[in-house]
Amino acid sequence: MATIHVDGQAYRVDGDDNLLAACLSLGLDLPYFCWHPALGSVGACRQCAVKQYRDADDDQGSLVMACMTPAADGTRLSIDDAEARAFRRGVIEWLMLNHPHDCPVCEEGGHCHLQDMTVMTGHARRRYRFTKRTHRNQDLGPFLGHEMNRCITCYRCVRFYRDHAGGEDLGAFGAGDNIYFGRHRDGVLESPFAGNLSEVCPTGVFTDRPPDDHYTRKWDLQFAPSVCHQCAVGCNISPGERYGELRRVENRYHGEVNRFFLCDRGRYGYGYVNRDDRPRLPEWREAPGAATVTLEVDAALDRAGDRLRSARRVIGIGSPRASLESNHRLRELVGAEHFSLGVTAVEAACLATMARLQRECGLPSPSLREIEAHDAVLVLGEDPLQSAARLGLSLRQAVLGRREALAAERGIPAWNAEAVKTLAQDRRHPLFIAYPAATGLDAIAAGHWALAPDDIARLGAAVAHALDPAAPAVATLDPSLAAEARRIAAALLAAERPLVVSGDALGSTAVLEAAGNVARALARRARPGGLGLIRAETNSTGVAMLGGEPLEWALDEIEAGRADALVVLENDLHARLPGERLERALDALTTLVVLDHQRTAVWARAGIGLPAASFAEGDGTLVSLEGRAQRFFQVFEPRVLRPESRIRESWRWLHALQGTLQRRRVGDTRLDAETRDCARHHPALSAIVEAADHADHRVQGLRQARAPHRYSGRTALRAHLAVGEPRPPQDPDSPFAFSMEGYAGPGRPQRENAFAWAPGWNSPQAWNKFTDEVGGHLRGGDPGRRLLGPVPGGYAYARIVAEGFVRRDGEWQLVVLPRLFGGEETSRRAPMIAARAAAPALQLAAADAARLGLAEGDRLALVTPVGRLSLPLSCSAGLAPGLVGVPAGLVPGLATGQWGRLEPAGEGRRP
Amino acid sequence: MSVAPRYHSRLRQAPAERRAETHPLTWRLREDGRRVALDDYLAGDGYAAVREVLGEQTPETVIATLKAANVRGRGGAGFSAGTKWSLTLTGGDLPRGYLVCNADEMEPGTFKDRLLMEQLPHLLIEGMILAGFANRSRQGYIFLRGEYREAARALVLALDEARDAGWLGPDIAGSGFDFDIALHTGAGRYICGEETALISSLEGHRANPRAKPPFPGQSGAWGKPTVVNNVETLCNVPGVMRHGADWYQALSGGLSEDGGTKLFGVSGRVAHPGLWELPMGTPAGELLERAGGLTGGRRLKAWLPGGASTGFLLPEHLSLALDFDTIGDAGSRLGTGLLTVVPDDQPMVPLLGNLEAFFARESCGWCTPCRDGLPWTVRLLAALERGEGEPGDIELLEDLARDLGPGRTFCAHAPGAAMPLASALAHFRDEFEAGIASSRAPRPVGEEG
Repeated sequence: MATIHVDGQAYRVDGDDNLLAACLSLGLDLPYFCWHPALGSVGACRQCAVKQYRDADDDQGSLVMACMTPAADGTRLSIDDAEARAFRRGVIEWLMLNHPHDCPVCEEGGHCHLQDMTVMTGHARRRYRFTKRTHRNQDLGPFLGHEMNRCITCYRCVRFYRDHAGGEDLGAFGAGDNIYFGRHRDGVLESPFAGNLSEVCPTGVFTDRPPDDHYTRKWDLQFAPSVCHQCAVGCNISPGERYGELRRVENRYHGEVNRFFLCDRGRYGYGYVNRDDRPRLPEWREAPGAATVTLEVDAALDRAGDRLRSARRVIGIGSPRASLESNHRLRELVGAEHFSLGVTAVEAACLATMARLQRECGLPSPSLREIEAHDAVLVLGEDPLQSAARLGLSLRQAVLGRREALAAERGIPAWNAEAVKTLAQDRRHPLFIAYPAATGLDAIAAGHWALAPDDIARLGAAVAHALDPAAPAVATLDPSLAAEARRIAAALLAAERPLVVSGDALGSTAVLEAAGNVARALARRARPGGLGLIRAETNSTGVAMLGGEPLEWALDEIEAGRADALVVLENDLHARLPGERLERALDALTTLVVLDHQRTAVWARAGIGLPAASFAEGDGTLVSLEGRAQRFFQVFEPRVLRPESRIRESWRWLHALQGTLQRRRVGDTRLDAETRDCARHHPALSAIVEAADHADHRVQGLRQARAPHRYSGRTALRAHLAVGEPRPPQDPDSPFAFSMEGYAGPGRPQRENAFAWAPGWNSPQAWNKFTDEVGGHLRGGDPGRRLLGPVPGGYAYARIVAEGFVRRDGEWQLVVLPRLFGGEETSRRAPMIAARAAAPALQLAAADAARLGLAEGDRLALVTPVGRLSLPLSCSAGLAPGLVGVPAGLVPGLATGQWGRLEPAGEGRRP
Repeated sequence: MSVAPRYHSRLRQAPAERRAETHPLTWRLREDGRRVALDDYLAGDGYAAVREVLGEQTPETVIATLKAANVRGRGGAGFSAGTKWSLTLTGGDLPRGYLVCNADEMEPGTFKDRLLMEQLPHLLIEGMILAGFANRSRQGYIFLRGEYREAARALVLALDEARDAGWLGPDIAGSGFDFDIALHTGAGRYICGEETALISSLEGHRANPRAKPPFPGQSGAWGKPTVVNNVETLCNVPGVMRHGADWYQALSGGLSEDGGTKLFGVSGRVAHPGLWELPMGTPAGELLERAGGLTGGRRLKAWLPGGASTGFLLPEHLSLALDFDTIGDAGSRLGTGLLTVVPDDQPMVPLLGNLEAFFARESCGWCTPCRDGLPWTVRLLAALERGEGEPGDIELLEDLARDLGPGRTFCAHAPGAAMPLASALAHFRDEFEAGIASSRAPRPVGEEG
């Protein structure tokens, strides 16, 4: 700690900080552009100039850049000094010389950091009377618009894109006042984190493309605190709605999880919410293939009740993409012994293994922030940038953390970003990755191995054995791989905080057990490390904690005639199960009730379809892969603009259905009641009640506002329907109001904040006003409650070591490779994600392809017992030999570990 | 034998005037202006300092001698070379770093390093070996201005000669000291003359300067301790090591607190533009006399003491001693010590427009004042030159010159650009005022445009 004096006032600050960060952490207003809490200081924009004085007697002082000046004990500075203020005003004037002043037609207007800073400095009159420099813009793909004329050359974009996120296809070109930030030529930005540029850019150079045709200013959007549903990481988001559509997803700061950045699947994957073909009314079909009849709520419930009541046995299929409350309510409706988790047996086994490992391995499950503090990483059987991209970004920061460690040795402060980078060069903390294919983190790995799943398990087991001889040895391991295992073990042991990352991407409990053995060995050697286990979907962790049977069990029961009715909760079964078998089982049903917000193949077969809320229209609780229970809140009420809509949260439908089924009048239910009920039935989930504020939470007697106080046009929104202005919808489930009336802002710190806004700060930079220090924790507490933790124990090793992979003649082992874009059930229904997804291909090791005489692009058919898949060939240098890589999300039932044959398809040559 | 001068980069002193004891930089130069080859250099006491120092001294004694000699950096800043070396991190488990010769001579009006490299490359190489030894560097780099093709040829030949003869490479002169030098030719940016931008460029990055601290001596090229010295600075080192600090101090003959000689020069409309090796502290007037004064009967209006990034001085300043402190006290900078003369028929506004256009073009674009402020000055000056200035333009230029000053910008580029502007505004304000449209006779009523 240090004491600094700002305009005569003494403050206690973190002496390791720079003055800008220290002042902002104190809540003082000081304008800046090039500095960013996650990117550090570079001193480029000169906007944060303050007057610094040598001592109490110095009344002259000199201008310094706060971001480049240490907050050393005794520092005296003035923000309010006239010369400093004049200089800061002058910097804005310079930045504005070439800025087009197109705020009225700029997508950034209203959440523009440049606007905020311009107002803050007081620059108001243009003295520059000459022509402006202009640039040509680029097409950067479906996510981001590019308007270089607005650029103020703060260099944040390239610093985020290249240094932080590891992208290579965005650069700074030119010199002088003709600097250009773009790609070497038009094209899709390759980084899966490119979308963050729309928030990193302080003005409107990089803006979200989707709103172009459905654009709404931030102040006219209605937000809610939400949690991303597109993978299991649990990033906090602020989705914004207007006219009954989501228009934008903005990062919502969480001090332990996503902090400042999202992945592009999370940011742009919401389009399925806006699909025109969504079911919005209950639907009824007399028989499969019969005409669809829409029903009112009561009629739908009555018919569903009648059907289910007359069934011999009802099975409920839950979903890892539905909330705990919805899954719990379904489980209660059908009974625990009739409930399926909604995942395949392979995935269920993996989920159970992961839950057990996180209790029994002795290493805690780290948050993303904690991941970044580890100094050696072993990744077994996951490609984090595809399956949990935001976690992959944190792994990158962990590996780059060596920079700060090296800088500290030389007395270079961690915030001096360019100096830290220069000193470290390519020295990084060790990262080891074993995966069947190339991964996006290979470039910064100290070692990466392309191995078949069973060989990954063997490598992991060998690492555990090298760490602790008590762990089972791996017989007949290839000597060079054994040496690599010893190298990995040595690096993990040498680290202060080693991290093991694995997951169920390969559907292999052997890989997970191997990761568990490494974790156990580290725990037994008293290393304070971490074990991060990646699940596929937003609530995979949570639904597994409820307990239930796998999907195949449900099919078995139906096919064996032990069940004749099925209730499917938000689950696209055709994406998980082989079609033929699924259809057989569905044919055997007398009743099929489906709740979903998407018109899936199983919805199309439903006797009764109940239109469920997506995350945008409903509330609920999820458990992230970290084991953090987090609540997401309804963003908007669909009935405002579509009065005919009968969309309800699934838990609300199921609660009502339960009442109908039991012929009881149950009345409506509330989220808090559902959450409490779920917690009461599941002791492991008891903390979910505290995961967020309850509906009765008030701030100074007010609900919290979902919309910024400048929200406009409320009276006109429905004018095309009726000229009267109805009462805004009431929200019985959350402390938030569907209104701009209510509390917003950082003054009285709240845990859940619908959107980033503070007086004078309209851009996402406003989050700095909500945190205890810049980049720190929310002053109102970071949202959510952690549920998982290691239990002390003897850390007994898994004794079984997988047999090594043996390739076969004429047959290829499948590995189903997760895909960030296109590999996930809901986001791939979003048009933008579909546009971004790479064309699917079958991957073969380049050497295998060469031996078969195949060339890139040849059309091949993969023939398996489950089905046939015809795709062009991609020759991969990074794929293990003997395997065929299949993109996830194409053919249900194809699973890693299966074997298939390759046949020519179309014009390809014979393999 | 005499050869017609091919360019300004020509020493105007006859061989008889140049002696080893008094002209350590130039006494070996051939009268024909051709490169001094290794044999001739060796015959002229060449590499003797290397042999002595590597055999008998330690890096610490070398630095102590250089500090005692008070060799001030000849690139323009005048920082003590010995102090710079003493701040280089060495020892312990630190890696051996780099010695970089800043040969990116791009300061307008400056052509002194070119002469040394083209005609006497071995002196530079010898200086670099000594500097590398003193700083425990593992590798030397010469960052050469790309257009200096002749110098590049001379250096390549000399480096090959030196390497073949064992003056570069492993175990130099049996001393156990390994050191080699690579030549890197720049791609043509003025900013590469700034030592940290030079390092960025050398590493293959954009030529953006870096924040100091950390200084290159702590974390320079590729994060290793790195010393960057100007060509002329390094060329002074062999003499200092051979003859000692006292000898070096005495070279300036009481004309200056600073020791040694300096390659001074004059360009512009003078009779004999060129270079002279003279004692530090030689009066500017004497230098101008050696250059034969202005041609065409012109009188001196102003002069830049050492490149475009120094402030204008007036004829009354010609009596000043050319050394770092004296010129600094007069409100300018010695810079490279190569005078640019401005004759009395040269209007200042277009001259400034030309200079600022150069600086604006050469801005790396990293910091706001330099990137956006300099082009504004260019446009204001152009407007004034066209007579389209507006009231307030001069005050605006003054504001800009102040806000482009030291401490407000990321590196010294913009302050260098501001210096001639601020001094010209101070000394020749009337010429700027003449460019303001409203200060002239009002247009007749009814006339448009």
